[in-house]
Amino acid sequence: MNWTAIKSIYVFEMARFFRTMAQSFISPVLSTSLYFVVFGAAIGSRIDQVEGVSYGAFIVPGLIMLSVITQSISNASFGIYFPKFIGTIFELLSAPVNFLEIVMGYVGAAATKALFIGVIILLTAFVFVDFEIQHPLAMVGFLILTCISFSLMGFIIGIWAGNFEQLQLVPLLIVTPLVFLGGSFYSITMLPPVWQVISHFNPVVYLISGFRWSFFGSADVSIGISLLAITGFTGLCLAVIWWIFRTGWRIRQ
Amino acid sequence: MPTILDVKDLRKAYADGFEALKGVNLQIREGEILALLGPNGAGKTTLISTACGITTATSGTVTVGGYDTIRDFRAARAMIGLVPQEINLEPFERVRNTVKFSRGLFGKPSNPALIEKILKQLSLWDKRDNQIRELSGGMKRRVLIAKALSHEPRVLFLDEPTAGVDVELRRDMWEIVAELKRDGVTIILTTHYIEEAEAIADRIGVIAQGEILLVEDKHKLMTRMGKKELEVQLTTRIDAIPASLQSDALRLTEDGTALVYTYDTRSERTGITKLLSDVAAAGLVLSDVVTRQSSLEDIFVDLVHEGDPA
Repeated sequence: MNWTAIKSIYVFEMARFFRTMAQSFISPVLSTSLYFVVFGAAIGSRIDQVEGVSYGAFIVPGLIMLSVITQSISNASFGIYFPKFIGTIFELLSAPVNFLEIVMGYVGAAATKALFIGVIILLTAFVFVDFEIQHPLAMVGFLILTCISFSLMGFIIGIWAGNFEQLQLVPLLIVTPLVFLGGSFYSITMLPPVWQVISHFNPVVYLISGFRWSFFGSADVSIGISLLAITGFTGLCLAVIWWIFRTGWRIRQ
Repeated sequence: MPTILDVKDLRKAYADGFEALKGVNLQIREGEILALLGPNGAGKTTLISTACGITTATSGTVTVGGYDTIRDFRAARAMIGLVPQEINLEPFERVRNTVKFSRGLFGKPSNPALIEKILKQLSLWDKRDNQIRELSGGMKRRVLIAKALSHEPRVLFLDEPTAGVDVELRRDMWEIVAELKRDGVTIILTTHYIEEAEAIADRIGVIAQGEILLVEDKHKLMTRMGKKELEVQLTTRIDAIPASLQSDALRLTEDGTALVYTYDTRSERTGITKLLSDVAAAGLVLSDVVTRQSSLEDIFVDLVHEGDPA
């Protein structure tokens, strides 16, 4: 294992993040604050408790997931798309590194950035609402696993994308709807029965449900299934990436 | 000298059926400078890309220092530095950081003293904290070289290092290449500037349409292939070559003041003695005689177009 190479990629990518630190932090903090003002204070004041928690607190896990998932995907997809776009990928391909090392460097950095932002949002949430985290270790575990798995997915999108439009396409058309319909702002049990069934095909439901369980101890689906779902998703992404590097799809002629 | 890079029967066919390399064999000796000459689309870049692992070969092998570039890719690639043709650099990165990154990517421990030495050697030290986008085109090319040298390669590929750079910078680049050779680095450079190959290479390879046409010592190539021209300048203008002198090897310059005779230095009889006596017998008076060795450029054009339909 070429650890020096992994570290170099990681440090190089993190440097890009720190260069634009203000933008990296201000925008998620601002948008989360807006969600709290709109959903938590304005609308939330008219909503009764959901599953025994105030609505403002109820949306905290969903909001964190929303940002972490979008950030993971955009960081990782941009991270690998950019070298492809400007041509510096030649250096990665000609270096004595294998696919696992490249992925560890890029995905590690993207996941770290997303994790940073997730933590910032969590801290911001404490400013607006009062809540406790019942299973902090599980919460951290879920958060890290989500950062990694969606960064892997972002990496795949970055390799696949042939232009900047495509880079935005998957997050916009698939991920955002899945996250919004995944119960970020409501409990699945609030939906009519038909939609409850349909919702169970949405992988994000399992993530948010599991994450919410770590906060409040109650969930739409059992925690075991949530864990299984996210582990399965991570495995799937890894398999796709392994295939990409083995065949050189979209990167090596 | 031992072989450091060995290309065996390398073929590359793209998905659309285009054959970029048609069974290339090439042995490069340790410490030499080999110039690969060829027109655009000859397969120069494909050959380099395949050796470096950027392109996957359809068949054939490349070994570097005895290591197969596929099976022992780590050992093989660690020995290779690549300076690509395109200026591929992150515009917002700083010079020193990007060079340091390259060293790390190749798995070498950090070595600020070496990075400093390389940046100074390439006259980049003053620009070490500048963003790449602030540099001129020539400076950017130097950054690419610095990145390639940062991990101390034993074989350096320079893909058209002087394409589009001014004369002064080209001379600088040749100087850098000469210095690297003194440090024991083996250099393979592609170019379509013949004068570049003539100026710095030890051996010259000519590639066209995916095939190596020849690889030969530069001086030997020039003598072997070299035709010489003898120009006989006349004191008075003539309208046509006198009938007694008519020959395929002889032509009259457009202004009619000189006869140009082409001959082969390798042949037993160059025909010069006969020509000169015939010229005198025809009553022409000579004012001067000049001989010229044909340049590598002429050799190159001859080779590449050999076999072309006329």
